[in-house]
Amino acid sequence: MTTLNSNYNRRSFFKVSMAAGGGVIFGFNWLAGCTTDDRLNAPSEWFDLNAYIKIGDNGQVTIMSANPEIGQNVKTAMPMVVAEELDVSWDQVVVEQAPLSSSFIRQVAGGSQSLRASWQNLRQAGATARQMLINAAAQKWNVDPATCDTAEGQVFNDRGESIGYGDIATLAASMEVPVDVKFKNPRDFKIIGQSKTNVDMEPIITGKPLFGLDQKKEGMHYACVLRPPAFGQKLISFDDSAAQKVGGVSQVFQFGNNIAVIASNTWAAMKGKESIKAVYAVDTELESTEIHDASMLALLDQPAAEPKRMDGRIKQVFDGADQVITRTYEGPFLPHNCLEPMNFFAHVTDEKVELSGPIQTPERTQKRVAEAMGRDISEITIDMTRMGGGFGRRLNGDFVVDAAEISQRAKVPVMLVYTREDDMTAGIYRPATKYKFRAAIKNGKVAGYHLTGAGINSANVTREHNFPATAIANYLAESHELKSNITTGAWRAPITNFLAFAEQSFLDEVAEIIGQDPVQFRLDLLEQARNQPTGELHYDIDKFVGVIKLAAEKSNWGKLPEEVHQGFSAYYSHNTYVAEVANVIMKDGKPIVDKVVAVADCGIVVNPVGAINQMEGGVIDGIGHAMFGDFSFIDGKPKDNNFNTFRLIRMHESPTVEVHFVNSENDPTGLGEPSLPPAGGALANALYRATGERLYSQPFVRKLDLLG
Amino acid sequence: MATYRLHINGHSHEVDVDADTPILWVLRDVLNLAGTKYGCGIAQCGACTIHLDGKAVRSCSIAVSSVTDRKITTIEGLSIKADHVLQKAWRQHDVPQCGYCQAGQIMTAAALLKENPKPDDAAIDQAMQGNICRCGTYNRIRAAIKSASGQ
Repeated sequence: MTTLNSNYNRRSFFKVSMAAGGGVIFGFNWLAGCTTDDRLNAPSEWFDLNAYIKIGDNGQVTIMSANPEIGQNVKTAMPMVVAEELDVSWDQVVVEQAPLSSSFIRQVAGGSQSLRASWQNLRQAGATARQMLINAAAQKWNVDPATCDTAEGQVFNDRGESIGYGDIATLAASMEVPVDVKFKNPRDFKIIGQSKTNVDMEPIITGKPLFGLDQKKEGMHYACVLRPPAFGQKLISFDDSAAQKVGGVSQVFQFGNNIAVIASNTWAAMKGKESIKAVYAVDTELESTEIHDASMLALLDQPAAEPKRMDGRIKQVFDGADQVITRTYEGPFLPHNCLEPMNFFAHVTDEKVELSGPIQTPERTQKRVAEAMGRDISEITIDMTRMGGGFGRRLNGDFVVDAAEISQRAKVPVMLVYTREDDMTAGIYRPATKYKFRAAIKNGKVAGYHLTGAGINSANVTREHNFPATAIANYLAESHELKSNITTGAWRAPITNFLAFAEQSFLDEVAEIIGQDPVQFRLDLLEQARNQPTGELHYDIDKFVGVIKLAAEKSNWGKLPEEVHQGFSAYYSHNTYVAEVANVIMKDGKPIVDKVVAVADCGIVVNPVGAINQMEGGVIDGIGHAMFGDFSFIDGKPKDNNFNTFRLIRMHESPTVEVHFVNSENDPTGLGEPSLPPAGGALANALYRATGERLYSQPFVRKLDLLG
Repeated sequence: MATYRLHINGHSHEVDVDADTPILWVLRDVLNLAGTKYGCGIAQCGACTIHLDGKAVRSCSIAVSSVTDRKITTIEGLSIKADHVLQKAWRQHDVPQCGYCQAGQIMTAAALLKENPKPDDAAIDQAMQGNICRCGTYNRIRAAIKSASGQ
């Protein structure tokens, strides 16, 4: 039997923590989480020192992982930071997933911001608890806390005595909460910077229930939803007589424009959905990619009402140029294709709305459900499961609202399950975008630079302050929006996932035309930004130069045998600097992406083995979608609905990725996204050198295929 | 509905389901063996890979009625103590990112190693190309298969 000891007199801690951005909670249901590790024997008593930490009487430490885990490794890396400052051995630590709770900050998986945004908080949580343990030990020994120190879950004093955290946890929990605590010097880190195995490794490799779809709850039914097959359609009528006859189907009903099927198992819900005969009519407009393309290309030739950024004199410098280079780049819609399709558990009663499943934005989704259902926030709880991928799709809680509405209507707890076809055809998509780049060349140098972008449902498809802004005296960035009824949203590294390819390809071509090495060309531009900056500077020149030089060195840029064709790319996004070199070789007249060298400056690397994994995955994801990602609409209907026609990169098509990090003692920045944007450009530039073909549209497979 | 006797992970089970129910949903919904994942439902992604008489197959596309006399192994039954050489190698290389596809990857790789104890890169490519990893952990999957096979 385990009891939970909370000290309700520690409201001062709550105030202190709130003021300092730390966290503590009272009445928190510590036992709701799912223990990730059963190596350690359960303690008989727990003492919660703050929102992140509870210490058992046997010295076991449980650290709550506050943020949603989508595969970006925060469930391992963030508790490592707490454990470091708490000064325990990682072997003593068990990590549990926290539910949505006001005692944590920014419980979001998005923008590669988890570690960066919580870094100080996590350190403070660990360091504060450590100081409370020291103070408790000092009181017990009747010594000055300043004479005490800690290591591996024990407090020491200068008389040679020591005591384990578990033995003083009860006393520590009653201590005054210290206001000023010291953080470790990064040079003394023992856990941060050491590779730690994914904390969910065991359930993953043994098949234990872990993901949203794996949930089983008492009285739970399964729900599938039939949606209009095309955007712009509305439901007129339906015949569910066949669906009602499917064994296991218990209810079929319309909600909004959709039809829900409730069944006792997933297969019955799927079959029931398939057997509904529905009649649809045009509601708004049935849009097609062909029309979007023509509209966006026309927009690229028009000036925007307001420039996003304008430096110098664009018209004069283009009018007086020796040469103007103009290139247009085109990127398609993309589905996210998380391998775990969208799903969520909902149990709605008059008293409460219980929600559980894979969501990147629990707090925003709680509000959305509250608004949609007219419920008070306090009635809605959200538990988070590990997610079978996010990629931005699960930032949008549309499926959570659906699950809640279905449960309310069906009056049973439901697990809403998307089929793969539902997942790929019900949105939310990366918006299609197009870019026109113009460079004015004068005396062999880039004197003017003009970027015009157009995108579906996107107010700004440029990143107007990104390099090479500031490096070029005459600079203009403009953006156009094309409205569509096709639902769009964030897709891993929003906007830059395609923009970076276009920009890095264009810079490569400009460098070639003016006879410069692509690496030196970028370094020269960065020196120009340093020495003769124009307008605001929004990037760190030293960090940019650092990754470019290290990537050139590690890839043996320009020094490889001529049968290895290299392409260079460097991009700054989500606060992290990345440079990549792709090596392409030709075999039987077809290119093979043999290797990509990827270099990042993300500050302190908290968990190297996880960080390298993120870099590898981002590069392969970027290359895969640049090569194969093709998604379009005809009369509002998506062209593809499953992996038989929508091509995702597979093992035999993936390059070896070699990862290097710039040594740094700066606070960490994220890695979930930044290695993706530069990958398409590095690949395109290498493919050009290998084949002589410049690539302006994604997917590249329309022009050339890889030899897998 | 009909009753089927299934041999899964060394145990015998009787299930009462529709004849066309894919074995995937019998495992997940009826027998609470959630390690076998649903990814696409059309045998294109490999997340649902199990062993049928020792061969890697896609459980999403095989009806329960066709497997009654066959020996089924799922990720839960790959080893008793989570000590299959591939599970050890997966830990050693810290393979997963989101983790959703990994049971299927391991099951496909396990069938490969049974047939070909020291597969070269081409054999690994051939065996593993039916398993999608959306996170792109392919470098590590390959490295883990090589470690597990003593290469």
